[in-house]
Amino acid sequence: MFDEMLLENGAVRPHYKGFDAWKTARASGFLEGKKAEADHLFRQVGITFSVYGDDVGTERLIPFDLVPRIIPASHWARLEKGLTQRVQALNLFLKDVYGRGDILRAGIVPANRVLANAQFRKEMLELNVPSGIYAMIAGIDLVCVGENEWYVLEDNLRVPSGVSYMLENRKMMMRLFPDLFGSHRIAPVAHYPDLLLETLRQGAPDGLEDPMVVVLTPGLYNSAYFEHAFLAQQMGVELVEGKDLMVDDDTVFMQTTHGKKRVDVIYRRIDDDFLDPEVFNKDSMLGVPGLMRAYRAGRVTLANAIGTGVADDKSIYPYVPDMIRFYLGQEPILHNVPTHICSESDSLKYVLDNLEKLVVKEVHGAGGYGMLIGPAASRAEIAEFRAKLIAHPDAYIAQPTLSLSTCPTMVESGIAPRHIDLRPFVLSSPTGVRMVPGGLTRVALKEGSLVVNSSQGGGTKDTWVAAD
Amino acid sequence: MLSRTADSLYWMARYTERAENTARLIDIGLQQSLLPGQQREAEASLAGMLGLAELLPVYQDKFGDVNPESVIRFMVLDEENPSSIWSSLHNARENARAVRGQITTGLWETTNATWLEFLKLCDNGLPLIEPGKFFEWVQLRSHLSRGITIGTMIKDEAFRFIRLGTFLERTDSTARMIDLRFHQIETQDAHAGILDPDDPDYAVREFYHWEAVLRSLSAFEAYRKVYRDTITGTRVAELLILNPDMPRSIASCMNEVVANLQLVGNGNSSETRRRAGKLASTLRYLTMDEIVEEGLHGWLTQLLADIDDLGVRMRQDFLVI
Repeated sequence: MFDEMLLENGAVRPHYKGFDAWKTARASGFLEGKKAEADHLFRQVGITFSVYGDDVGTERLIPFDLVPRIIPASHWARLEKGLTQRVQALNLFLKDVYGRGDILRAGIVPANRVLANAQFRKEMLELNVPSGIYAMIAGIDLVCVGENEWYVLEDNLRVPSGVSYMLENRKMMMRLFPDLFGSHRIAPVAHYPDLLLETLRQGAPDGLEDPMVVVLTPGLYNSAYFEHAFLAQQMGVELVEGKDLMVDDDTVFMQTTHGKKRVDVIYRRIDDDFLDPEVFNKDSMLGVPGLMRAYRAGRVTLANAIGTGVADDKSIYPYVPDMIRFYLGQEPILHNVPTHICSESDSLKYVLDNLEKLVVKEVHGAGGYGMLIGPAASRAEIAEFRAKLIAHPDAYIAQPTLSLSTCPTMVESGIAPRHIDLRPFVLSSPTGVRMVPGGLTRVALKEGSLVVNSSQGGGTKDTWVAAD
Repeated sequence: MLSRTADSLYWMARYTERAENTARLIDIGLQQSLLPGQQREAEASLAGMLGLAELLPVYQDKFGDVNPESVIRFMVLDEENPSSIWSSLHNARENARAVRGQITTGLWETTNATWLEFLKLCDNGLPLIEPGKFFEWVQLRSHLSRGITIGTMIKDEAFRFIRLGTFLERTDSTARMIDLRFHQIETQDAHAGILDPDDPDYAVREFYHWEAVLRSLSAFEAYRKVYRDTITGTRVAELLILNPDMPRSIASCMNEVVANLQLVGNGNSSETRRRAGKLASTLRYLTMDEIVEEGLHGWLTQLLADIDDLGVRMRQDFLVI
């Protein structure tokens, strides 16, 4: 087990020494008092999320942990290079599979795995995406398993969320512990909304001097509504719902108190299926009829583009290192987790023989649901997954159980190690790839748990990229 | 601004104002019930208040007799009653949440904190244990919300729609309140013998009736200043309908509606502005004698219809998508 703060002999790693000295100098109960203050502030500010299945309108706080996650700047520099490389390749892949299909013809990625994928949108074939960038906003989930030893767990190229927590966590830490920020050199993150706005504006259809950008939300009761409202406010753009928009003459407009106003770039936080009832889910009340027509005509930019899911699908994930080699002619900087694709019979046999050691995931699953963690599962759960795997092998992949790093975390019994991951947010525009240092650190608050999702009892930490 | 945003801002303000007015209305009824020999008037007043919102049948189905405790349960705590303070504060907060990006952090946090504190106060039973203190709290939170709106919001369209919501709601509330109080005096109470002019205590009772009305609209001190004379129903009505300097009077609220409508005007709204302006100028030149001659109740009924018409027209001009 690798702890990011403490060595095995209990000594403090160099990049945590400053924080440790600061904490030791505080009276006992100091952090607990600050924790209560933080919870009160989060609730007052309304930084909440709703959980599907709960009563409509029930809002919860994401538990916020006061012990920061610190990444040495030299480690981050390598991560940033690796993330840039990976996201560049993923965008080239998307442009390729919806265009010429070079990588399929070259046999690097099996064509049927792409073309028969449920996330592949044939509507996107031959469609000229205004900026040429498909995934303007990507959230890449990383885990650390040893000293500066990182793996990519998954790519999120559809509507990755969590960036508002990254920003609010930092604001909260600066409010609670201003002295810590005086004594450490911590890379700032607060300019993320500026970078996002610039990225969105650069992605506007050609020839627009002052494009109108909006954020499209499913509405008040969506689990990430706070984030949608937050980003719109921080960027100073309108937060719209589907019913505020209409398409006329292949152009998108929003209904304002002074009539219709043209919309050029939509940062949409709605899944593909619900975007346009004329083309996708016919019963969607969230979308905008005719949006696809406007998109096809090149009159509006969607961020992210439709159909990006085909590149972050778990059955495509194993090919990302090869994409990097194919498109960029470079060796991947970030590791992939070795992945068994259960639809291949050799892999399936291996997986069935080693279920108690492996993590099995649904190819289309998300949010930590529909997942088997072999070492932590009961015999009954393993038997259940065995039956599922035999019935639908193509719906699953399996990976070795990684020992995620831990970080000291405040729990009821005091401070104890808990597993963490990292989601940096990577922005791509025609002029390049950018990101703010760090990202969102999620922490599994249950002892021994590897599931960091907020819907399943995960919390968050402020993430510091600190000068070495 | 998005039409939906304007709609949410407008309703956020209306519901905030409505919670305050409901608190004022119930508080006055409860205070009257504390006076010796006034139980019947207080209960009549509480029943009248339920009648105002056309809620008396629903109330009676649920609680039976009109008594202070059940009225508090119904008008404060009842989640199913769309006119309860619970519903008003909840709707104010939900509308604020829908436009949290368009209002200042201070206004959002105040509205959110009001709702969260309200739930806590209800859990602690404050509305039933110390209703006076609770209703005072509701009014203070409304004052705070208005103060923070004026003190922090840039005076743009968003601000104007908030103000329109506040004053349209208040006009409506003040008009209904006056109607109710005169109705009590003229018919119900007289019929029940409560305010029988032959009663030796008549003058005293009338004083307490109007004093309560004035206090419920924070107008008691203003009455003294303006009239320096004994309290009579006609002068109370004049103060609350025609005095343009009285913050809760109909004339003053209509002036605010007209001023804010002018500032958000678009190509569709000229007829709405004309009607609002006409109503405001009528109020400016009207006298109490003319209203009495026409019949106060009839006059107020027409006024309420005009206000309703303004609300509908505003939605058509600006808000409906």
